[in-house]
Amino acid sequence: METVLILGATSDIGIAIAKKFAAEKYNIQLAARKPAQLEAVQSDIKIRYGVDCTMHAFDALQYHTHSLFFDTLSPKPDITISIFGIMDEEDEAFENWNLTQRMIDTNYTGAVSVLNIAAKFYTKRKNGTIIGISSVAGDRGRASKLIYGSSKAAFNAYLSGLRNKCYDDNVHVMTVKPGFVYTRMTENMKLPALLTSTPNQVAGAVFKSFEKRKNVIYIKWFWRYIMLIIKNIPEFQFKKMKL
Amino acid sequence: MKKNIGNWGNYPVIESNEESFVFDEQLDVLIKEAQPFIPRGNGRCYGDASLGERTISTLKYDKILSFDTEKGIFECQSGITLDQVLTVIVPAGWFLPVTPGTKFITIGGALGSDVHGKNHHVDGSISNHIIDFDLLLASGEMVTCSPENYPDLFEATFGGMGLTGLITRVKFRLKKIETSLIRQKQIKAANLQELIALFDEYKDYTYSVAWIDCLKKGKHFGRSILMLGEHAALAEISENDRKDPLKLPKNKQIVFPFNLPSWVLNSFTVKAFNLLYYTKNFKKEINNIVSYEPFFYPLDAVLHWNRMYGKSGFVQYQFVLPLSAKDGLIEILHRISDEGLGSFLAVLKVFGKQESMISFPKEGYTLALDFPVRKGLLSFLDELDELVLKYHGRLYMSKDARMKPGMLVAGYPELEKFKQIIKKYNPDGKIRSVQSDRLLLTAGN
Repeated sequence: METVLILGATSDIGIAIAKKFAAEKYNIQLAARKPAQLEAVQSDIKIRYGVDCTMHAFDALQYHTHSLFFDTLSPKPDITISIFGIMDEEDEAFENWNLTQRMIDTNYTGAVSVLNIAAKFYTKRKNGTIIGISSVAGDRGRASKLIYGSSKAAFNAYLSGLRNKCYDDNVHVMTVKPGFVYTRMTENMKLPALLTSTPNQVAGAVFKSFEKRKNVIYIKWFWRYIMLIIKNIPEFQFKKMKL
Repeated sequence: MKKNIGNWGNYPVIESNEESFVFDEQLDVLIKEAQPFIPRGNGRCYGDASLGERTISTLKYDKILSFDTEKGIFECQSGITLDQVLTVIVPAGWFLPVTPGTKFITIGGALGSDVHGKNHHVDGSISNHIIDFDLLLASGEMVTCSPENYPDLFEATFGGMGLTGLITRVKFRLKKIETSLIRQKQIKAANLQELIALFDEYKDYTYSVAWIDCLKKGKHFGRSILMLGEHAALAEISENDRKDPLKLPKNKQIVFPFNLPSWVLNSFTVKAFNLLYYTKNFKKEINNIVSYEPFFYPLDAVLHWNRMYGKSGFVQYQFVLPLSAKDGLIEILHRISDEGLGSFLAVLKVFGKQESMISFPKEGYTLALDFPVRKGLLSFLDELDELVLKYHGRLYMSKDARMKPGMLVAGYPELEKFKQIIKKYNPDGKIRSVQSDRLLLTAGN
């Protein structure tokens, strides 16, 4: 039985992805800043799906701990999924450098730090999968997602480069770009129902695409075309728009 | 952000600020906010019991904490729905001790309504099978309730419509089964008298319920089908079924896609539906083995069947009358039949004995009917209330969206005791619903 490492397992999407892989008979390693929170998730996964499930402390911002964190995982995960990320209020972040830096450090630097370690292990082993949950917000910089969007754009570029770098070593890298998702983070926003997915839909799409070894996926197919249009608006026009 | 929410009857629909939690820490933050709230599960109570200006949804708090497959003891967070519980316990040879007619309710909601099933006359309501539960009080304090610990809260929470606190964890006993199949018997009854006699004749069956065509007049008034069932033993099922005796039913659901305009549900379509159901049985009696799904949850196969009642929604009216009030049952059914306000589904069941503070079930006949919301309905239901009271009956709060406070007082002799417990543990009405305000159960009323 293969093992999946979930980095950022306390998020709604993290829990949904963990459950989906568990339902498909993968053992699960849940990693989060406060793993004690995950006790109920752990018992739930074990009882519902009859797979093994363990909890691990992982802090995206403590880069120096990432090597030790990965080294002590036993067994080593066959699939590493990076889900963690924060989305602060952009206007506040623009005013407050600490918030800006924390978003960049978590969403980009932290992800690069831990995924580099996983990638090194997988390329040596000549086998493994890395899945990065990014966002459509990384496809083009916009005022309303200034810092979050740029951190995800950097993450997208990293994942694409990593896919290229690891290709010859039989390591697959998949980029996932959800649009709107109904989570606790968004429950007080008014979201367009047609464009919004549930965490379970994200998890289902991630698993299906993982099996097909897809490279870049959008959740709900029309997001690909929405973003295609957005990416193709000429800059002289785009800069005047409120998106 | 506020959004419009309604429960299963789509009546009433109110603007509410809905919040959810996954972890205890998140719930602690929510409960400390000043704004009053009402806990809410999957919104399958029919009326306004779980509606409020602020609702805290338990749906994301849905984890299984332990499952003793030897002793049949199950422990979970309150937001898990019964359909999820079934997929875990049935393959292990266990079943819910009590289940209502839908599996899409949360376990927290099951306690808050103290739900009953087709086996009430044998096994009682769900409260009979609860070992203990955790309750987050309005003060923010978490207490474990059992018959020994906080016995007042233990009792008042069953059927207490969430007003004692927010249930977070529940531990309960399951029922052992050999197969996931039901040995079913369906018997036609030509009229109500015959049906009541049949209920008595077959009272040893674990599961029993009747569907009544309550619009039929004349000598076939109250024609019906009595449905009886037992969990099938291994020896009773076919060779083929014995290969996998505890298999889960296949998931085939159709979704009722949109709200029908309300005029569609005139008494003609109601009659047509009732007739269709009735003539499905050609013989006087049918005996067969079926999966538990169609037996317990026939309507769950059509997701959103409530949309059949149109945009203005419907009210379900469920009352219980003492066994001695057969005449009352007949009089009320006549009244409904004469008025022709249309009930798509009338369900009759005999309750066994039950001591309770605020729980609905008590020994007698319980009848449940749907009424699409339309002009004149509310005053008609007030008339029915008077008949129910005349025969010493009472209404089920989980179905209610409109009764007057006096109706509750008259129907529940222990109400004052319940109110005292609310006063003690929810003194400022921090936990309150549209219903609790209407029925004068919470502070400030």
